Amino acid sequence: MQRALLSGAVVAATCSVVGLFLVLRRQSLFGDALSHVAFGGIAVGLFTNIYPIWTALVVSVLASLGITKLRQSTKIPADVAVAIMLSSGLAVGIVLIGLAGGFSLDLESFLFGSILLIGMQDQIMILLLSAAVLLIVFKLHRQLMYVAFSEDQARVSGINVTRLNYLFIGLASLAVIASLRLVGVLLISSLIVIPNITAMMFGKGFKKTALISIIIAVSSVLIGIVISYVANLAPGGTIVLVTIFILLGSIGAKSITKRIKNRREIKIVDFH
Amino acid sequence: MQDVVDVKNLSYTYQITSTSSFSSRVLDSISFSVNEGDLLGVIGPNGAGKTTLFSCMLALLKDYRGEIRIFDQDIKKNSSVLKSIGYIPQQKSIEQTFPATVDEIVSLGMIDKEKISKEKVASALKMVDLSDQKHKRIGELSGGQQQRVLIAKALVSEPKLLILDEPTTSVDVETQNKFYTLIKNLNKKNNISIIWASHDLDAVNKIANKVMCLNRTMFFHGDTSEFFGSNELIRMYSESSMQLHMHSHSNQKNELDSIYRQGHVDTP
Repeated sequence: MQRALLSGAVVAATCSVVGLFLVLRRQSLFGDALSHVAFGGIAVGLFTNIYPIWTALVVSVLASLGITKLRQSTKIPADVAVAIMLSSGLAVGIVLIGLAGGFSLDLESFLFGSILLIGMQDQIMILLLSAAVLLIVFKLHRQLMYVAFSEDQARVSGINVTRLNYLFIGLASLAVIASLRLVGVLLISSLIVIPNITAMMFGKGFKKTALISIIIAVSSVLIGIVISYVANLAPGGTIVLVTIFILLGSIGAKSITKRIKNRREIKIVDFH
Repeated sequence: MQDVVDVKNLSYTYQITSTSSFSSRVLDSISFSVNEGDLLGVIGPNGAGKTTLFSCMLALLKDYRGEIRIFDQDIKKNSSVLKSIGYIPQQKSIEQTFPATVDEIVSLGMIDKEKISKEKVASALKMVDLSDQKHKRIGELSGGQQQRVLIAKALVSEPKLLILDEPTTSVDVETQNKFYTLIKNLNKKNNISIIWASHDLDAVNKIANKVMCLNRTMFFHGDTSEFFGSNELIRMYSESSMQLHMHSHSNQKNELDSIYRQGHVDTP
């Protein structure tokens, strides 16, 4: 349980930080595409009897860099690139699973997450990948924010935008791989997107938004793990449901606050 | 006087896609120069190549023909010279939810510095009259205010050259006038050379000391007084523009009509 809570908290912070830039770059679905490519990589691992996380890591990073190169050289739109990645990752996975003779328990745990069952090897991998991603993003956060704001202006200011884009997509792949065990292939993108959308409703500045997003993501994961443990529910799905609950609660709270504020303003106008 | 910009025989052709043979030539043998302290107004109808010209000068488009020298450096060989340029692109509305405050955006102008100077950010915001808005989200500001934030961002990098691409499109007249005063002050008081694309011929006539008329090829480059003092030049410019865009959008025709109407623009 302690292992699950620690790994979960670290992965949540990593997904939230990487996710903020993906959301700002309007690449929210990129996380989904990367996780489906990772699914193909996992199938390669299970098929070849290699630790599936490593094969998923290699396949995801190579595929994400390849699709970035393809986008730059052919100017295909981002949504098309996502569709290509998503379907090709899934296709590779399905074909290999078919060749291997069907689903195994291992594959199911990668699809839906199994944070309560992670071993020491998984935990070390999660902590190392997350630490690397967080450190690099922290170091480059101003450049990444500039590129999210305006690629052209960032280029003129001397930022090597092409290199930064490759690096960032590589980091996003690592974040996805680190969170495979937590929520599973099918739910990763929600952990990347939902805490950030919620945080953007409250945070005025960039740093505050990032901090609020991390707090929401980490709390959702910790609460989700505890609930799933106590109520014997699937951890991945429970965590995502908690993030959605926080999002809906925030929308409701924001709307009530706005109404109260409007009423006060109307009363002040009436008084005058 | 030092040459700030020296462009020789610049041509640019867009390939419609990387694999097709369709192409469109947008700039054809453009040559001009900008000296220290100049304020060059670039005029021309939509599609004349103004933004493409700026994109080439900023090395955002690299596969051009000809030579572009900025502060005596060929930008293809020494792109670090671009850091001395402040660039304000054509206005695009910034998303209201973009989670960055005004001072965070302005501080991006010091992206190459290890430490952000809060004093410089404050001074740039004061210069564009936005000190009281520094903690607001950039997306909450009006279009004109957002443009001024971008100017402040450019100013903190202490540029020697400012490139403004139609900065006052879709802002009200009062904001436009404030903007023109700001441009004039930056040019005269801060001694920043400025290249400024605009459809507002009256403002270009009043503020710029040089004017360049683009119509894919260059129609005129010289003193503002020479261009606006000659109804013949304005008539020829209008006709050539009309030929280029005879079948294009009606807005462009309206713009050319207004050029005809402004044939008697006051000379400075």
